[in-house]
Amino acid sequence: MVGIVDYGVGNLFSLTSSFAAIGAEAKATGDPAELLAADRLILPGVGAFEDAARALRETGLADVVTEAARRGKPLLGICLGMQLLFDVSFEYGEHPGLGLVPGQVRAIAETIPAGLKIPHIGWNALHFTGAPCPIFRDLREGDFVYFVHSYAAVGCEAHTAAVTEYGAPLTAAVWNGNVYGTQFHPEKSGRVGLGILRAFCETEVEAC
Amino acid sequence: MITKRIIPCLDVRDGRVVKGVNFTGLNDVSSPVELAKYYSDVGADELVFYDITASAEGRRLFTDILCETARTVFIPLTVGGGINTVEDFDRVLKCGADKVSVNSGALKNPQLIRDASRKYGDQCVVLSADVKRKDGEFRVFAKGGREDTGLEAVSWIKKGVSLGAGEIVLNSIDTDGVKGGFDLEMLEAVSNAVGVPVIASGGAGSIGDFVTLFTSLPRVDAGLAASIFHFGEVAIPELKSALKARGIPVREV
Repeated sequence: MVGIVDYGVGNLFSLTSSFAAIGAEAKATGDPAELLAADRLILPGVGAFEDAARALRETGLADVVTEAARRGKPLLGICLGMQLLFDVSFEYGEHPGLGLVPGQVRAIAETIPAGLKIPHIGWNALHFTGAPCPIFRDLREGDFVYFVHSYAAVGCEAHTAAVTEYGAPLTAAVWNGNVYGTQFHPEKSGRVGLGILRAFCETEVEAC
Repeated sequence: MITKRIIPCLDVRDGRVVKGVNFTGLNDVSSPVELAKYYSDVGADELVFYDITASAEGRRLFTDILCETARTVFIPLTVGGGINTVEDFDRVLKCGADKVSVNSGALKNPQLIRDASRKYGDQCVVLSADVKRKDGEFRVFAKGGREDTGLEAVSWIKKGVSLGAGEIVLNSIDTDGVKGGFDLEMLEAVSNAVGVPVIASGGAGSIGDFVTLFTSLPRVDAGLAASIFHFGEVAIPELKSALKARGIPVREV
């Protein structure tokens, strides 16, 4: 079973539906016992980093996610859920993340040339970097996925699995052992996105 | 580079797709769920569901259709029509919508844009404006183009962006349904005035109209149309090939 971490932020309808569409059992829940019993976890998220990080801590689910990841359970953070995996975010201040992937989250305005629209919204191409990442096993270089974000991870080159070009390369996906993150939305990226979720559901589980 | 988006719009009344010409003379075309799935398969980048239902029963049919669509179609869905309160946002977001477009509701109460963007984020709030030339200016019309608000379009749209609208749909009443091409003059005025994505609507009649749109106005991010897609006059794969051949970045499936 895939546990979708429900900490009261965002709408999980599309995510839940996308697992149903690939025939994977998934459940959105905020129950720590259910999440710890799940085979894999999805950490979703929309909105502001600070609010989401606070909600994750106040519900006690930050510890659950961290514990599950440390025990080797495959974890996929999506969009803001990916940003939460890092050490720190500089979105309106300085806020600690879960520290599961080394790096920090900064405004894309600091990286891209002036004049480009922010947020970076729409379909953009993936360019893979480093060793082949298991969740992209069914993808081809240049496949398109759907992005909506104004912040992106930096300083995580050693763990970057894919970048996308928006005036400059932006971190599109990261991979650190059993922990994965996509800045884009697989659940809104058509067949390509469903292929990523399917591959995630079939990643090796070493220990839970 | 980010691609230009092609967006079919499904006008839905009582759970069925309809499309008017200059907002009158509606024809039933097809099932929204089937049409949405078809468009997703052939490469539509996004879908807009526009609820033109007046009754509570029709509204319930609409949300049922929306939920059913979101269970089978995994591209961004925008919902508009009858959005007057933050509760209306909640109602459609729970059924799988990703963005919500406001029009008359925001004209009545501009604070709706601020309240919704604070709650759901700017990326969730699309400001849709029906605009027509009148007395030498671009004028915003409400209630599906029937009521002159007296507001000048560029200043209204800039205000909407400052309140938190993350995207603009600019529908030219002057070119809508005419199939003579997008309203380039109006689109240029708006796209030069705002820093958020602008979606062109109203007037597309051929593949060439989209090529002209994106080559002459690089600041326009997307093209939206309805009947030319529904009646097969423009096929999305051919449209994308034509755009690609002209060096315009598009997503091919």
